[in-house]
Amino acid sequence: MTEVGFLLLTFRTREIVYLNTEEHMVIAVLNSGDTAWMLMSTALVMLMTIPGLALFYAGLVKKETVLNTLFLSFSAYAMVSIIWFVYGYPLVFGPDVHGFIGAPGDFFFHNVVESNTLVGSIPTSVYAAFEMTFAAITVALISGAIIGRMKFSAWMLFVPLWATFVYLPVAHWVWGGGWLAQLGALDFAGGTVVHINSGVAALALCLVLRGRKDRSMLPHQLGYAIMGAGLLWFGWFGFNAGSALSAGPLAGSAFIVTNTSAAAAMLSWMLIEYLRFGKATMLGAASGIVAGLVAITPAAGFVNIPAAIVIGFVTSIVSYTAISFIKPRLGYDDALDVFGIHGLSGIWGALAVGIFASPFINAAGTGLAYGNPGQLEIQAVAVAATFAYSFVVTLIIAKAIDLTIGLRVSEEQEAQGLDQALHDEAAYHI
Amino acid sequence: MAIVRPNKLEVIKEALDDIGCPSLTVTEVKGRGRQKGITEIYRGREYAIDLLPKLEINIVIPDGAASKVVDTIAKAARTGEIGDGKIFIMDVEQVVRIRTGERDHDAI
Repeated sequence: MTEVGFLLLTFRTREIVYLNTEEHMVIAVLNSGDTAWMLMSTALVMLMTIPGLALFYAGLVKKETVLNTLFLSFSAYAMVSIIWFVYGYPLVFGPDVHGFIGAPGDFFFHNVVESNTLVGSIPTSVYAAFEMTFAAITVALISGAIIGRMKFSAWMLFVPLWATFVYLPVAHWVWGGGWLAQLGALDFAGGTVVHINSGVAALALCLVLRGRKDRSMLPHQLGYAIMGAGLLWFGWFGFNAGSALSAGPLAGSAFIVTNTSAAAAMLSWMLIEYLRFGKATMLGAASGIVAGLVAITPAAGFVNIPAAIVIGFVTSIVSYTAISFIKPRLGYDDALDVFGIHGLSGIWGALAVGIFASPFINAAGTGLAYGNPGQLEIQAVAVAATFAYSFVVTLIIAKAIDLTIGLRVSEEQEAQGLDQALHDEAAYHI
Repeated sequence: MAIVRPNKLEVIKEALDDIGCPSLTVTEVKGRGRQKGITEIYRGREYAIDLLPKLEINIVIPDGAASKVVDTIAKAARTGEIGDGKIFIMDVEQVVRIRTGERDHDAI
């Protein structure tokens, strides 16, 4: 009997799972219920980017730049779609190389679909497609910070470089058996890999790009943004509950806490606005929803409902403070608050796992509230590592693009609006 | 030409129908006079909006009918609050009906 001891800790292990118990070896078997749910989840997460995120961002910009803003999300999704299956997937989920990256191989996904392997109880093909949608939305999220002033060619170059040199390693560290996974970091659906990663990258990119001349936010079609937020909420059930990789109680638990955190965060944001201005705003409520969904993302499969309420409620305070007080004071032009919402709520959520992870929800996670302070320390390491790596490497990529083809449009183009300047298109005609 | 509150359009149109003067052109405009602006809030930032939505109504009528039409519009559009709007009376040099080519009084 060979000793192959892989304990399914992070729900993202590749290949067939072996549980060695002395007497027998158990091999995972295809479960069509799980597979059906995972196919559905994959489509749900795709919907989050297209058109969920695209609309959420596009509604907030001026009408002369709406098409470019949509285009950033769509182009990111398409490019990552290809990259993922040409070389991306094994770099995340392949055999670990020194904790940093997966071993490259299976180019163009060669033979992977045909060989009919499983990841847990679902086909590798389904698992890979699911993971692809996460990579895609992570890149698309960054676009919110740079709207109105970035060259389209620069964005088309930024996407593959960032996906390759930032997303792939970080995803491997946390989900592919890399050093953070080995350390015991918990991230159910992407607090670090998706939200901190993209939020911090957005900050780095907008620092190199510098700010717009006109930083007013007068949404030209706030209805789009609200519809986008609704689509995001809906799709997030695939994002979080789908990260259970199974159609069962863990998915159900993740589903509930996802909804709960979003609702609590929405009400919390409304309360903050009411206390500050005497009125709740629809955009504020939508922003709260997204913040709540971000914060619960790393925690969705580890926490119970009271924890979800706290996580959601607190996260709006965190993000609201960042947007309304820190951003104006520090002066960076994170146009649509990617760092403020995804970065900071992601940090809170990732740390909250270390506090609230309940072994009764998921045996893999025990937090401070259940007597284990060690998890919080590990979470802090994961947060710090993701923050530092994403910030530095994004800065390098941004600077490299700026020094070669240039990042920014001209002043005239910025004033005119990017739809005409970069695409010869207009969203509205008389 | 009349600048009026948007919510007064239906009342104005009815009143003009009643005096047999139904033709008009309406444009959505923004403007300011002495009416105070409003505040809008997006992502925690307040914006002072001093251009308020109004409607611009353009009507071309024979000189003789002018004062009756002006009175009708003013009465229908009035609320008594600041922001009711203004009416500008201007000369029109020529009028052409596009379909028939008729000119001036035949074209109104």
